[in-house]
Amino acid sequence: MSIELQNISYTYMPGTPYCRDALLDVSLKIERGEFIGIIGHTGSGKSTLVQHLNGLLRPTAGTVSLDGANMHERKQALKSVRQKVGMVFQYPEHQLFEETVFDDVAFGPRNLGLSDEDVQQRVESALECVGLSVADVAKRSPFRLSGGQMRRVAIAGVIALRPEYLVLDEPSAGLDPCGRDEIYAQILQLYRTSGMAVVLVTHNMEDVARMAKRLLVMDHCRIRFDGPPVDLFHDETIQLRDFGVSLPHVTSLLKTLRAHSLDIDDTLQDEEVVVEAIRSALKRKRDSSC
Amino acid sequence: MTIMLQIKDLCHSYRNEQNETLPALDHVSLDVAAGQFLAVIGRNGSGKSTLAKHLNALLVPDAGSCLVNGMDTRNTALLWDVRQTVGMVFQNPDNQIVASLVEEDVAFGPENLGLPPAEIQRRVTDSLEMVGMTEYRLHAPHLLSGGQKQRVAIAGVLAMKPRCLVLDESTAMLDPVGRSEVLAAVCKLHRQQGITVVLITHFMEEAVEADRVVVMDAGRIIMDGDPATVFSQVECIRSLGLDVPVAADIAARLRQKGIDIPADIIRDEELAVALCR
Repeated sequence: MSIELQNISYTYMPGTPYCRDALLDVSLKIERGEFIGIIGHTGSGKSTLVQHLNGLLRPTAGTVSLDGANMHERKQALKSVRQKVGMVFQYPEHQLFEETVFDDVAFGPRNLGLSDEDVQQRVESALECVGLSVADVAKRSPFRLSGGQMRRVAIAGVIALRPEYLVLDEPSAGLDPCGRDEIYAQILQLYRTSGMAVVLVTHNMEDVARMAKRLLVMDHCRIRFDGPPVDLFHDETIQLRDFGVSLPHVTSLLKTLRAHSLDIDDTLQDEEVVVEAIRSALKRKRDSSC
Repeated sequence: MTIMLQIKDLCHSYRNEQNETLPALDHVSLDVAAGQFLAVIGRNGSGKSTLAKHLNALLVPDAGSCLVNGMDTRNTALLWDVRQTVGMVFQNPDNQIVASLVEEDVAFGPENLGLPPAEIQRRVTDSLEMVGMTEYRLHAPHLLSGGQKQRVAIAGVLAMKPRCLVLDESTAMLDPVGRSEVLAAVCKLHRQQGITVVLITHFMEEAVEADRVVVMDAGRIIMDGDPATVFSQVECIRSLGLDVPVAADIAARLRQKGIDIPADIIRDEELAVALCR
């Protein structure tokens, strides 16, 4: 059970003066149950890459397959790909279109040909999943909700399809810190309970450091790093800046403390743990200077 | 000290589908001195962007007043003067770029002012220089990175020679390096040209760079002070659904555990110095 990209390349507007490579010879395998973060500077190919995962873009070269079947071999294959791979685009609230929240979320399930009861049930559980109360919002116009609520409705519309893979392109851009934390808490909850794979494209280093088990760094149409976040942020030989990425704030603070010769583990993440580590480092320092 | 922005008891409401009034700004008063660097933080829907739109008369007050360099934004005869005084940069650079060459894009504003060509040339050169984009003068803007595009958008605003620059979440779409490039360009303009800056942001590490931080909630200003004063109130900021810089957070937790460190720590370096003295 996996999505597999084999040596794919993608060129925008080939054969025109605007022709531009976006992906070059990228290979990648995503298994069910993985939580993958994708980072890299704007224009590095992240969004182009993820649009291959549900067959929206057809690679200029190479093959994309879902559970062993080439997505682009038969037209019929794409239909099942779109059901299994849910895609939440940047600013997904721009895609809301129905008169009520319920109808908007129900659009996908209805197109699957499900019965009214099943649709009802899916909509309710999807809205619950993103932390919206069915009683409060179901009959309201999605356009009259706050930005954070609109985004959650849009995400619910994708979750209602019960995808096996959920791809999110910058789901927290423009949200305040609290709205961002809520959305990620719900995505994590869904990930843990459903066993689906999550692919998260983001510019927020804290989010990937905290949630992703595997991190991909895109740069100039290629994947330059593929491994656990801790390996990237603690490899002194990697110039993060060249990739348009930075250290998570906590990591950067810990490295500053180390630079001031405080003996502390800079791979820690949780604030409480960091506080305890600082306390014991201070104690060691005091003891050794006595 | 000259006052650049003078907002007094400003109220603004929107209407919903039932035609009920939804107050977005509720008796907001705020004076911003010429040359000040002000950061505005607050949750989505707290009124930040509504406030920003009053600063260059995209919106005008329902009640109260908004004076820009002494000019009342409700006076339509002064509209162009107000807009030339306050330049605005929005969240998505793709929505603001109009031309197919960087230099043409930057020249768009001054051309509309009807300036002589030599002056336009000079302004384009100067503006690109200020944001560090000179070498991209003849590039196509749509092929630049997000951070570069946003800097071109800022250059386009600078070419209008505004005395005040308003950035409404202008770095939300950018990668961390692009964000720091834009922030560095803004800090430099503030320092070297004395431009008044109003920076609306969800990134607390950007707000730390300002002279003054205003916190908005439910259409009101509820905190106002220098970054160290505002961000040392960790609990209060948290209860508003906002973040504090990591250094301020860790410092507050250490203080709770009885470690003696100053209350006004907001930067990594400051925490390191306090701990390692």
